[in-house]
Amino acid sequence: MSTLNVNAINVNAIDKQSGSTLTLGGAGTTVNVSNMVPDVALSNRNLIINGAMNVAQRGTQTGQGGSNVYSAVDRWEFVTNSAARVTTSQDTSGLGNFSNTLKIDCTTADTSISASDQAGIRTKLESQDLQHLLWGTASAKTLAVRFTVSSPKAGIHCVQAHNRDAGYSYVQEFTVTSANTAEEFTLTIPGDTSNGFANDNGAGLEICFPLHNGTNWQTTSGSWQSGNFFSTSNQQNLLDNVANNFYLSGVQLEVGSVATPFEHESFGQTLAKCQRYYQKSYNIDVAPQTNDAAGRQYFYLSPNTTTGNKGSNVIFPVTMRSSPSITIYRQSDGAVGVFSNGVAATVIASGNRSFFAYGNTAGQDFYAHWVADAEL
Amino acid sequence: MNQFNIISVKRQLDFGGDICGIKAIIDGEELSVPLDPANRHYAAIMEQVDSGTLTIAEADNA
Repeated sequence: MSTLNVNAINVNAIDKQSGSTLTLGGAGTTVNVSNMVPDVALSNRNLIINGAMNVAQRGTQTGQGGSNVYSAVDRWEFVTNSAARVTTSQDTSGLGNFSNTLKIDCTTADTSISASDQAGIRTKLESQDLQHLLWGTASAKTLAVRFTVSSPKAGIHCVQAHNRDAGYSYVQEFTVTSANTAEEFTLTIPGDTSNGFANDNGAGLEICFPLHNGTNWQTTSGSWQSGNFFSTSNQQNLLDNVANNFYLSGVQLEVGSVATPFEHESFGQTLAKCQRYYQKSYNIDVAPQTNDAAGRQYFYLSPNTTTGNKGSNVIFPVTMRSSPSITIYRQSDGAVGVFSNGVAATVIASGNRSFFAYGNTAGQDFYAHWVADAEL
Repeated sequence: MNQFNIISVKRQLDFGGDICGIKAIIDGEELSVPLDPANRHYAAIMEQVDSGTLTIAEADNA
């Protein structure tokens, strides 16, 4: 039997999708491997939060469009200035290997896209969470992105990576083979050796799936370019018919040139990550402004008939990214800015760990629900 | 690009009479916006204020 002695075998990655195989030793032999250290992280690989679309605290959102608004699914924002309108929801009918999906249902079509029109679904990542990418240096790391979509159209689609700190963007095309069918894609995004990220809690990198774009937002694919470009001119208009539904799930962004299998995590883990950006007093499965008593916050409990300022401090279960914007809702009808007794709510001292709300009232038992928004 | 439809903004005072936030109606939602530059609503408000297209109204109890 011949023996091949080698000092090292360097395997950067084994692409399971392409079916390649690395075989060490033959049948009946033993291969001892020690001190084998992978060059990618074994856990916490996915830079995307809620890529499996499991957390949907806001509930179904109708009539979205005209400005940038967060969708039904946490951490995913519908960004647009066009005439198209959509309903976003968490679809639970399944998409490929994923139970939950972000569904974008076109409710008002826009068939005439002007140069400045734009629409897409995006997520933004904090700059301080991207320092290990070493962008802006000669060691800038390549990213691999994996996602599953069902598009109303076959043909060329795009993904955008946008370095918001530097104002550079990278557009990559992919081709949907069959309309209204779950298809999984893997792409790479080269590290930008020229432009890095600030080390703060602002938005550093944005990943966007364009739905349509005018010429002002179009560029060529495959290179980092100065400016905010969402797609190439080949991008399909996915919002040109009210019959169109676009589904997205299984989004993973990780260091490396090969996309590894999707890293599933528990619902609790994902929820805690999402709560850094958005929290509410309502139960997780109850949309804000729903008449539901569970979780409502009491702001003054002691009997007191004297009129004056009375309030309470609310401590967040998860420290938020920044001081959040607060909205107070009356439980019974979802009226904004008032407690259960109709007295106006005033919020002061909002910080990333708590806020204080009060009302000028003689009441002894008033309550409300609240939402805290520290999204990027 | 954080694009908001800012409808109205008004200063909010704390118990001591100091400005502690901004009561805003943005995209049809009423929000108590903190004075935190990292807050996207505050950043958008100040961007429009700095460009001269938005003025923050005095607080009701000023």
